[in-house]
Amino acid sequence: MASYSTNEFRSGLKVLLDGDPCAIVENEFVKPGKGQAFNRVKLKNLKTGRTWERTFKSGDSIEAADVVDTEMEYLYNDGEFWHFMEPDTFEQHQADVNAVGDNAKWLKEQDKVVVTLYNGAPLAVTPPNHVELEIVETDPGLKGDTAQGGTKPATLSTGAVVKVPLFLSQGEVVRVDTRTGEYLGRASAK
Amino acid sequence: MWQSALDPARLRRRAALLASLRSFFADLDVCEVEVPVLGARTVTDPYLAAISCRVAGRDFYLQTSPEFFMKRLLAGGCGAIYYLGKALRADEAGRRHNLEFTLLEWYRPGFDDRQLRAELLQLLTSLAPAENATQIPYQTLFEQRVGLDPHAASAAQLRARAHATLDVDFDSDDRNIWLDLLFSHLIEPTLQDPTLVFDYPASQCALAKVVVDSGGRPVAKRFELFWRGMELANGYWELTDARIQRRRFSADLAHRQSLGAYQPQVDDKFLAALDSGMPECAGVALGVDRLFMCLEGLASIDQAMPFSMNRL
Repeated sequence: MASYSTNEFRSGLKVLLDGDPCAIVENEFVKPGKGQAFNRVKLKNLKTGRTWERTFKSGDSIEAADVVDTEMEYLYNDGEFWHFMEPDTFEQHQADVNAVGDNAKWLKEQDKVVVTLYNGAPLAVTPPNHVELEIVETDPGLKGDTAQGGTKPATLSTGAVVKVPLFLSQGEVVRVDTRTGEYLGRASAK
Repeated sequence: MWQSALDPARLRRRAALLASLRSFFADLDVCEVEVPVLGARTVTDPYLAAISCRVAGRDFYLQTSPEFFMKRLLAGGCGAIYYLGKALRADEAGRRHNLEFTLLEWYRPGFDDRQLRAELLQLLTSLAPAENATQIPYQTLFEQRVGLDPHAASAAQLRARAHATLDVDFDSDDRNIWLDLLFSHLIEPTLQDPTLVFDYPASQCALAKVVVDSGGRPVAKRFELFWRGMELANGYWELTDARIQRRRFSADLAHRQSLGAYQPQVDDKFLAALDSGMPECAGVALGVDRLFMCLEGLASIDQAMPFSMNRL
């Protein structure tokens, strides 16, 4: 298995720590003038999402994690697994609820998403930053209320619930930021 | 990108800083000296790595500091001297480290560490009159922040203290590693105002004299200046005893062997200079790029020099 020495540490590097795949978020080189050098590293556990800080002795090595981000097309959900396809090879992968997590509510069939593969199996699924989804349920639209700035909950076709302006009604397509869950605007007409 | 990190105004302020440093020493009649950057020998410090190169079949080392050459000058009777120039250290790169950096190093025959600390603060005040520097013994500071006596605590106690606050990926029974870890992680980042720390644990003496303090225990007459959470300067009341120096070199080499580090030949001309009698003196080295970072309020060393490693 490949390994990385501390002097190769940089943000984004995927490493194996305590048996879990982790990504380096930040790496600070700390060296008392005459003393032992350290790397003070902020890491994110890619399984749990937990971020924490660990100090390494400079020059030590840690194992690389076989983690690859791949763009795939979301196909469908069979009730238990979410299915994705690599567009070039047509190879399909199925991800379980641990990998998809809360992001399930942003997955629209045929959208391009990033699937993080760990040892070849989906570890995480990242939807595009912005998605366009149809409103399937909300209170009736209030015409002429565009200036008020009030909001109401709307359920989207994927099951996500977001706050939208009062004037929007069922059947309209909205643009949402998946990182914050915020309504960005009406989708541009196609 | 081909451009320098320093805009013309900052480039001029850096030049003005170098001029101020030279004028400070000119006023004190301390003589500027140039010494080689390319040397035939290097230091034995376990945690310093010199960059080596081969020219015409002969090995050379880029100097990690001008110290040994300057001490050869001191032993020759040159009087008070300073060096303002480059030093290089392999494996040191980061927000506060650049392989090649500018060092100001000066030696004062007849001074002890207390007198040189006062002069270092005088220099700092001349550059940053608004700053109020304080002096504190290493032990007092360490007890305040870490809750252990750095001279007496065992490796196991220091280790347990480190594990209580930090997630540490390695283990060691070397108490110096735990002292370095605790100091650099729990103390150094909090030293935002200029702070001169003195009287180091004897095990961290480097090239400083070790003396027995009033409490009857050995302390290293070493001091370091911190500002904005970063080490700026390191000084000693210099060890002049060639016999003790040889012992420290041997101990360094044994330590290097245990770390699997290369075994440099000791600098025999430096030892010969000590044998001939180096005057009692104090010396200090100050990182000029970091000083400029502090004066300009810069977060990273590559903003403080025209072309850092990132722009080569």
